[in-house]
Amino acid sequence: MAITTANPRIRRRLGRAARTPYLLIAPAVIAMLGFLVYPMASVIYYSLQTYNVTKPWDNGFAGLDNFRRLLFEDPLFWQSLGFSLKWVGVEVFLQLVFGLVLALIVNETFVGRGLARATVFSPWAVSGVLTTGIWILLYNPTTGVSRYLADLGLMQYGAAPLAGPDTVFWAAVLAELWRGVPFFAILLLADLQSISKELYEAASVDGASRVRRFVHITLPHLKDAIILSTLLRCVWEFNNVDLLYTLTGGGPAHATTTLPLYVAAKAVQSHDFGYGSALTTAAFLILTFFSIAYLRLSRFGAKS
Amino acid sequence: MTLQTAERPHLAPSALAPRTGRKEKGKVGRWEIWVPLGLYLLFTLVPFYWMLVFAFRPRGSASLLPWPITFDNFATVWNDLSFAVFFKNSLMVGVASLVMTTVVALAGGYALARYEFRGRKLFMVGMLCTQFIPGAMMLIPLFEIFRVLGLVNSLWSLVIAETVFQLPLSLILISGFIRNVPVELEQAAWVDGCGRLRGFFAVVLPLLRPALVAVGSFAFIHSWNNFLFALMFVSEQEKFTVPVGLAYTLGEFSVDFGALAAGGVVAAVPVVLVFAVIQRYLVQGMSAGAVKG
Repeated sequence: MAITTANPRIRRRLGRAARTPYLLIAPAVIAMLGFLVYPMASVIYYSLQTYNVTKPWDNGFAGLDNFRRLLFEDPLFWQSLGFSLKWVGVEVFLQLVFGLVLALIVNETFVGRGLARATVFSPWAVSGVLTTGIWILLYNPTTGVSRYLADLGLMQYGAAPLAGPDTVFWAAVLAELWRGVPFFAILLLADLQSISKELYEAASVDGASRVRRFVHITLPHLKDAIILSTLLRCVWEFNNVDLLYTLTGGGPAHATTTLPLYVAAKAVQSHDFGYGSALTTAAFLILTFFSIAYLRLSRFGAKS
Repeated sequence: MTLQTAERPHLAPSALAPRTGRKEKGKVGRWEIWVPLGLYLLFTLVPFYWMLVFAFRPRGSASLLPWPITFDNFATVWNDLSFAVFFKNSLMVGVASLVMTTVVALAGGYALARYEFRGRKLFMVGMLCTQFIPGAMMLIPLFEIFRVLGLVNSLWSLVIAETVFQLPLSLILISGFIRNVPVELEQAAWVDGCGRLRGFFAVVLPLLRPALVAVGSFAFIHSWNNFLFALMFVSEQEKFTVPVGLAYTLGEFSVDFGALAAGGVVAAVPVVLVFAVIQRYLVQGMSAGAVKG
């Protein structure tokens, strides 16, 4: 944004200010170089090394050996990557659908709207660990909802969704949905509010049904917000480990281990930092390629 | 969504005549709002309610009402499980992250919004790229850095890590907001003899309140909720934060559900309070700052 102005006083101030923007961004740049870029670079460096704290005599340059191991000898890498994709796909899809519906509802005018918004958005502020705590109460066979339903004769006693390999996935999905939907609802509501009411009025005067107005006015307007929020959410859900770490611990039998959970376990428990770094680098590359491809394919920012 | 015929003289009532006498096409009915909303409210509130019941009802009770009400669980959690200490730690980390994130993002956001400088594009792209860095996977190198700096087991490690991960989005959000403040307002202040700095504080800053509230509360809530950094960088119990303490109550072999629920309430109260105050700004802040970039 070039500021052009005839006022000499202002022009002098702008000219003198050549250094100012650099001083202003310096704290942010230094912080990010020191605590994001440098650590990332060191991860890439270690991914090419054999680096195990417990076996220092083996340490040294390893070339691409860690990556060979990862691609060809480690079934858990592929399994956790597969689970990550399933987890992210299901979670983000459901969060988007419910979040969009929720945003459309609380965008209408009705009595008590402010309170309804505050309430349905509130799980957004809750941490993964707290979500786990709450849902453990709800899922536990003796303290949970199922026990009270069984008291009413509506189901059998002893349902333990977190213990069964078949049910644990959906149990975790539901808990994460509870605190994930508000993210989409908040972002999409913000964007919905910027649609001019006149568009809708004109369309309904022309006799367009509600569905047609949604498809032809609302969705095109929301397109960029949907693309951006789903992308941010995919990355976030991929990286986020709090809930699964505390709710299932990745189990039973690695059934809910995502790639980051696997990395954390590998690095922390076996002290194999070299291999852990290779896993990290792989995850970073996957995320970056996915994000670029997603933005390209979805034609983000393109005028429809 | 009713048509305001009075304000639209070109829409003569005759044009709408065929419509009168039946329900306006596409109007959203009351039950169409309240049935799905009611169901969703149930989904939102039952978990919260469950936590409150377990926190406030006596041990061994199977009632679904927190009655007779007891504060024993809170006494256990606050004193015996040292949540009082965790709470103080979380509060300090949260406030420090809030201040650092807001100040650094404000400076950088102003530069992005108001100056054209070499490397501006690179800076923007770099910040977006940081969003793809898996935070969970930075644990090892960050731990190494904090070890060298002597910050392991210090709450500062959490403040720094939190601030750094919050910065990029905060900065972009704030710069979007500053861009919406007409530059002429500032120029008027300069002409009146203000320096850039005074002009900024007198003219721009007051207009940024929604953005600052959004960014600051983001930073506070994220830092209050952060689990992984706190778990990895801090191992002395007197430096634990609330989520770590909560995770330990989960990890016991025989979980004390009353204590777990009471700990959950302690963890929830500050963020839910902050959220209740800021949620209106949140939507405003998003619509003005984000996406438009």
